[in-house]
Amino acid sequence: MKKQITRVNKEKEYEEYVKNKVPKPNYLLNCLWAFFVGGVICTIAQFINNLLKNSGLNKTDAGTVTVIIMIFLGAFLTGLGVYDKLGKKAGAGSIVPITGFANSIVSPAMEFKREGYVLGVAAKMFSVAGPVLVYGFGSSVIIGVLYYFFIR
Amino acid sequence: MEYIRAFVVGGLICVVGQLLMDGTKLTPAHVLVAFVTSGAILTAFGIYEPIMKFGEMGASIPLTGFGYSLAKGAMDSVKDGGLLGAFTGGIKATSGGVAAAVVFGYLMAVIFDPKSKK
Repeated sequence: MKKQITRVNKEKEYEEYVKNKVPKPNYLLNCLWAFFVGGVICTIAQFINNLLKNSGLNKTDAGTVTVIIMIFLGAFLTGLGVYDKLGKKAGAGSIVPITGFANSIVSPAMEFKREGYVLGVAAKMFSVAGPVLVYGFGSSVIIGVLYYFFIR
Repeated sequence: MEYIRAFVVGGLICVVGQLLMDGTKLTPAHVLVAFVTSGAILTAFGIYEPIMKFGEMGASIPLTGFGYSLAKGAMDSVKDGGLLGAFTGGIKATSGGVAAAVVFGYLMAVIFDPKSKK
């Protein structure tokens, strides 16, 4: 009986010990990094967007081309191994922008290349992008249908 | 100055993502899904449009902007073409980005090899 009690105590002690050992995120520092890197990525996109608009593209097309260029940059920098180094510091600052979406495609695709070009590269590139597209397309269709029946 | 507005809006959206990741143990995949969905929902309620006008690329480049384009495309197409627009509009509006992501993503993954982690 006594033994059991001490064991329970030990377990609790251990849980406390683990809790104290797991590094607590430095909220302020992480947020500053995310703010800075996210901000810089969007500023670069704004610069590209302004260039495109000045060269005569209309607003919608300029937006699309900017997104395409940012995706290219994100994918390319991931291939070079630069983007993941940035991601270690920047956290969400490098994940939330569309460049991070490109990163989430290229990273697992590269990693699983040895499993082949169909079930390796082509399948694994959607391990994060797939859910994003499912929920994104899904919510857009639902919103469109609701819009048709209730607002139009 | 649109650069400062893009910087601040884009930065703040990323801070929300960072707080989600640090505070709730959500993985990046969950954060991206949450951002696309909430971007679409905020657009449906007319909340994201003013953010978009103010922040320009600062609102359009984060994944919430992808949700915005999806929802806005669906609603605009429904306005012009009826119920079919709900299915075609969102994907049409984002097709450039999605195609680019698939093509460039595949190309880069084929060209480059993963860097060894130190």
